[in-house]
Amino acid sequence: MGDLMKSNFKRRLTSVASQSWLYALVILAMLFLLIPTLIVIPMSFSDARYLSFPPKTLSFQAYLNYVASVEWRSSTTVSLITATITTLLATILGTAASYALHNSTQRYVRILRGLMMAPMIVPTIFTALGLFFVFARFGLNNSIPGLVIGHTLLALPYVIINVSAGLKTYDMTQEHAACILGASRIRAFVDITLPQIRFSVIAAALFSFAVSLDEAVVSLFISGGDGATLTKRMFTSLRSDIDPVIAVVATIMTLLSCVMLAITLMSQRRARRYENVTEA
Amino acid sequence: MTALNMQSTLYTSELRRARKRQGWLLLTPMLPAVLLVCFTFVLPLLWLGGMSFLDAEGNLSFENYTRLVQPIYVLAFTQTFKISLLVTAACVFIGYPYAYFMVHGPRKLAGLAMAILLISLWTSLLVRTYAWLVLLQRRGLVNDLLMSFGFVDSPLTLVHNEVGTMIGMVHIMLPFIILPLYAAMKSINPIYVQAAAAFGASPLRAFFGVFLPLSLPGLAAGATLVFVLCLGFYVTPSLLGGGRVQVLSMRIESDVSLSANWGVASSLGVVLLVTTLVLLFTVKRIADRSRRNG
Repeated sequence: MGDLMKSNFKRRLTSVASQSWLYALVILAMLFLLIPTLIVIPMSFSDARYLSFPPKTLSFQAYLNYVASVEWRSSTTVSLITATITTLLATILGTAASYALHNSTQRYVRILRGLMMAPMIVPTIFTALGLFFVFARFGLNNSIPGLVIGHTLLALPYVIINVSAGLKTYDMTQEHAACILGASRIRAFVDITLPQIRFSVIAAALFSFAVSLDEAVVSLFISGGDGATLTKRMFTSLRSDIDPVIAVVATIMTLLSCVMLAITLMSQRRARRYENVTEA
Repeated sequence: MTALNMQSTLYTSELRRARKRQGWLLLTPMLPAVLLVCFTFVLPLLWLGGMSFLDAEGNLSFENYTRLVQPIYVLAFTQTFKISLLVTAACVFIGYPYAYFMVHGPRKLAGLAMAILLISLWTSLLVRTYAWLVLLQRRGLVNDLLMSFGFVDSPLTLVHNEVGTMIGMVHIMLPFIILPLYAAMKSINPIYVQAAAAFGASPLRAFFGVFLPLSLPGLAAGATLVFVLCLGFYVTPSLLGGGRVQVLSMRIESDVSLSANWGVASSLGVVLLVTTLVLLFTVKRIADRSRRNG
């Protein structure tokens, strides 16, 4: 009876799912999602002066132009340095904060959590305005430290989400045991807890890197000139004359995000396997 | 046995005492992050909020807010809400079947759908906006296809206007509605639909009578998220809109960079923020209430 019902149910659900219109719609949606993400790669090998797709001939001219351009190279350096420091800072601050949020029994801790998650909800343009306003007084506009602070603010919620999820599946009594056996709290955290939540921390770090590298609004407000990030330079270039080098930069950024996505998925899979092993 | 028990009681009480002692101490790891958020986020925004209530001479007034009824601001408000609503609606219509397919479709294709969604989500927003700029231009791929299939005789103007902005925004917002929907649909116990089917409901009836209502909280959460993100969107409207689109975030930017009018820019920011928060809280309240009743 149960089997019959189950198969009946399965058939009914798949009969809805297998209707051709659903297939057609989803496949169209998949193309809609995929094409604009990957099209920049063939575009970067086009030799046309103006943006075009499909490319008429194959050429590496845009890549040579990218390597020859001082501005694009310096922007790449600014973006990579900012993203690296942001990743370090956001991951450390966010992991420490998640640890405190997880362990604290204080009631107002939820307010603090909300405060740290707020940059995700507040429209970025308003956050950028505030940063620009403060940085003007401290001379932090147009500097890498300023960019790092702004991006850390925006990456923090992603770190907290990831690390908190990791801590939820971790048994804190292990750390308490280490403490009772004489380890200091910090030692116990570094030696016992951190290795067990490492996959969440890695995911958090990758998210931070992606957030910083892709951040455009804050960068647009507070960076410029030689200190302009890649996103700022792309944005201004897209607004005026479109430099074919953008396709090269876009290709590099797309490949980089594909690599980061792959690492995240792999570490999530390993985390799940690891969890199953410890449970068994 | 007793000795062991005694020992464990000792440990527990010791632990409890230690925890109480460390209650405050445990908050210290949070300190750097909280300080960062306070000094670079909370205080500046409060400062800007305060400034929005001052006039040019620094007296308390609502001048900046009364100025928001001027036509250019009203236009920005209506355009922002119109675009956000249409983009959210499009996301619901594309995202719902997509999420459904990811949960109930054939395994391999569903996995492919998820992979494509994640690749799209992780790809830079600016890169995707740039791609749309190329695809939608007068002699771009989309116009080429439309003309070769004979849908249109002359190329359509698809970019540097509202249509282009909305196409780009739908593309960027889709993951934000599909992922909450996917989570919601995955957690629906199949036994409900099974029961409806067992009592003779047709597949469509079982879907609209049982599955759809159960997935509504996820749909509401995703749609609100998309709408709220659309309200504050800056990059895509300013690139794909080509000057014909003036949303609130662009007005804020131009008020500051062109006319250094911090008061008006701040008041716009405050209105945008308050709208966002009110929307989020209302939807959360409704969701909580329906969960309690249901």
